[in-house]
Amino acid sequence: MGANNALVRSLIALGDDHLILGHRLSQWCGHAPMLEEDLSLSNMALDLIGQATNIYSHAGQLEGKGRDEDALAYLRKEQQYYNLLMVERPNFDFAHTMLRQFYFAVFMELYWAEIQNLGEETLRGIAGKAVKEMSYHVRHAGEWIIRLGDGTEESAARMKKAVTALHLYTDELFTVNGTLQLCIDGNTLPDPSKLREPWNAIVEQVFKQAFLQIPEIPFPQEGGREGRHTEDFGHLLCELQYMQRAYPNQKW
Amino acid sequence: MTESFMPLWEVFIRARNGLDHKHVGSLHAADAEMAMQAARDVYTRREEGNSIWVVQSKDIVASDPDKAAENFDPAADKVYRHPSFYDIPDEVGHM
Repeated sequence: MGANNALVRSLIALGDDHLILGHRLSQWCGHAPMLEEDLSLSNMALDLIGQATNIYSHAGQLEGKGRDEDALAYLRKEQQYYNLLMVERPNFDFAHTMLRQFYFAVFMELYWAEIQNLGEETLRGIAGKAVKEMSYHVRHAGEWIIRLGDGTEESAARMKKAVTALHLYTDELFTVNGTLQLCIDGNTLPDPSKLREPWNAIVEQVFKQAFLQIPEIPFPQEGGREGRHTEDFGHLLCELQYMQRAYPNQKW
Repeated sequence: MTESFMPLWEVFIRARNGLDHKHVGSLHAADAEMAMQAARDVYTRREEGNSIWVVQSKDIVASDPDKAAENFDPAADKVYRHPSFYDIPDEVGHM
């Protein structure tokens, strides 16, 4: 794979993370536990989908085959999406949703900060806007985790359950496959494996206040980056792509 | 969601530097930090401001509507309290 193709593929994977997590958050719209949080979740969903739009648009231009952000978002098949498994996990409950958001946002805040030190101008521009949005997601989700972990018996139990269910998907954040390695070698994208330590430190800090512990993960779950997804992903895509599939080229 | 878990907060937003914070509405939140975040999410989605104050509604002392007559009516016939009985020199311009 050439350097440009590797960058396009890795950017599409990054865009997929944002689109899919944004879609998951959008599923809370009208269903959140309280009105204030309904707006917060929708705000965060819109931040992520906006970032996905920018990343896809940039990837499409680099690719030069005429695929725009809509083609990338709506016209691929399940195995052509390369998002992390974590972001496609269902919402389950509010504890799961906040923890998934926290894990991803802590990582992305570090990642965008790294991109600002390398990458070409368009990517640095995307990063400059996104890093602020991610700081807020970290703060919002982090504060909820602390309050739920240190809350009632019920909320603490749900928080612990969420950690058990989701932590085994966090390894994939730091995995480097062959495609990404080409980008790291070419200095076009940061090396995520170097972010594991700072990520752990931030997660531990919040977990300590939330009376949670980072569990041992003997068998981490991966595969999304190679297009291997969980069963829930097909259902998600059905909903996400329905309008474009039913009414091709439909515009607002 | 009981009132003791999620008390009511009043939200004040300053639209621009140099202006006053104006009351924009209220919301429910568990504590000050969460109230601040909810205020940001509910009331500044369309660039409404650059500064937020939140205060618990119970901490605001409000005048009693039943005492409106004794509080406010006595000012009604004291028009001389407005500085409208002075001739302002033209050089002063708009005040």
